[in-house]
Amino acid sequence: MTLTEKIISRKKGKEVRPGEILVLPVDKVFCQDGTGPLAIDGINDLSVGLKNPANCYFFIDHAVPPPRKELANAHCKIRSFAGRAGVKVFEEGICHQLMVEKFSSPYDIIVGADSHTPTSGALGCFAAGFGSTDAACAMAAGNVWLKVPHSLGIELKGKLKKGTSAKDVILEIIGRLGSNGAIYKVMEFFGEGLKNIPIEGRFTISNMTVEAGAKTGIFPADGVVKNYLAGQGRGGDFKPLEADGSYEEKIEILLDEVVPCVAFPHEVSNVFKIKEIEETKIDVVMLGTCTNGRLADFQDAYEILKKTDKIRTSLIIGPASRSVLKGLISSRILDKFAELGALILPPGCGPCCGVHEGILADGERCLSTANRNFKGRMGNPDSFVYLASPQTAAATAITGKITDPGEFL
Amino acid sequence: MIKGKVHKFGDNVSTDLICPGRYYHLRSNISELAKHTLEDADEGFVKKVEKGDVIVAGENFGCGSSREHAPIVIKVSGISCVIAKSFARIFFRNCINIGLPAVEVDTSDFSDGDLCELDLRAGFVRNKTKNFKLEFPELPGKMMEILAAGGLVSYIKKKGCL
Repeated sequence: MTLTEKIISRKKGKEVRPGEILVLPVDKVFCQDGTGPLAIDGINDLSVGLKNPANCYFFIDHAVPPPRKELANAHCKIRSFAGRAGVKVFEEGICHQLMVEKFSSPYDIIVGADSHTPTSGALGCFAAGFGSTDAACAMAAGNVWLKVPHSLGIELKGKLKKGTSAKDVILEIIGRLGSNGAIYKVMEFFGEGLKNIPIEGRFTISNMTVEAGAKTGIFPADGVVKNYLAGQGRGGDFKPLEADGSYEEKIEILLDEVVPCVAFPHEVSNVFKIKEIEETKIDVVMLGTCTNGRLADFQDAYEILKKTDKIRTSLIIGPASRSVLKGLISSRILDKFAELGALILPPGCGPCCGVHEGILADGERCLSTANRNFKGRMGNPDSFVYLASPQTAAATAITGKITDPGEFL
Repeated sequence: MIKGKVHKFGDNVSTDLICPGRYYHLRSNISELAKHTLEDADEGFVKKVEKGDVIVAGENFGCGSSREHAPIVIKVSGISCVIAKSFARIFFRNCINIGLPAVEVDTSDFSDGDLCELDLRAGFVRNKTKNFKLEFPELPGKMMEILAAGGLVSYIKKKGCL
């Protein structure tokens, strides 16, 4: 059985098969400030209240603090609804990061009204992105309709070389599959190389599975997941979930052969090896987001940036959560970023989705550790977004052009 | 029966093109937001659309974010159906959930401005300008019921459960 079949079968209490359409009870449901107000309208329209308010969450992360009165009003609408309904509201980081820190657990069925909900799949759960109406119905009725997806096995072998990271792995996969290569499917990761991918790297990988069209990405719940949950004070949430590797369709990734790569505008699948590209000047480097805004990501960047006292791009730092920000402070990494003149953002989505805090000018090029580089993504259809790892971002900030981090390691 | 003029788009039309992030603050004002529908893919789109028209696109239409505002502004702009070679899955669900028909067929031979008609139940789309007909399998029962109810919220209100 695939990991998806194991998780959904356990929830339904019977064996399910890919292609089957069913109504599935949901363990956790959340919205963010861009999708929440519309979900609230749906919940009010249904007027049956919430099935289980304790398992519903609102995250104010996309436009925080609000740059406009319309968005401040939207935040008030969320707080006011949540207060009446007995639902918790969080304003301390990006929904996906807070879900993995506080809530997501193996075997969960998670409905998130944000497309990067698959981030939680790194903890061995079925977490997929949905729209506001699905989230509204999941909050009100406690379930969701879905077709049991087919799975695509991704076998990881070996170990990553210095200067490469999980971001290069998922860019390599998306480049290979194309932006719809996994459409309607789940990417499931297995193989002996798994043990060499730390939990932060797994979050990065599952976060971006949607960029190849996947419904979600799931990792087995193994010792790495067990240790992470224990470290979050949630050791009791751990349940083992093992892959048996029996996939009708699978691809193999040799981690030793993965090299630093970058996705060029305006498609995530437009992936090139950095060694093979022409000189590409960069104006802005963005380090952060739900893809690469964790402490381990900033540590990777710091290992390169500590070797310089000058950078040639502007640098935006966006920690994914309050706990990440605290880690940056206590490790003194933030000191170094500040000395370099970086712009430090509050925990949240930052400029990734083009709302505020770093909209690009006409013709400007940003190298970002985020997950999307679509035309207009960072607020201006006449700008250009390149996607790469934190190491590549750091090396690029130093030189002002897209640079292989190997040059600084 | 759906009848209308074709507005043709290519592959990988993202939700950022359909409903740009720079209008994020208009999400609570759908009629204003809809004035910018698809403007980064085709600046004059909103002015050209007549009620009942259809969008015809290539692969992976609606890729990217989960913003349900993307199919909503398409519907509000007057489009009666979206036809594509394939859809990004969240966008496809969102279409069904708001009662906007979304159909997968090989759209290679459609051109901008063609007149076409589509019958969801009978499972065909006819290009009247070029005089050809393509068939597609009927959507699964639950999706047809949700569409017929006008969307998921109305479906649940009518039926009492999912």
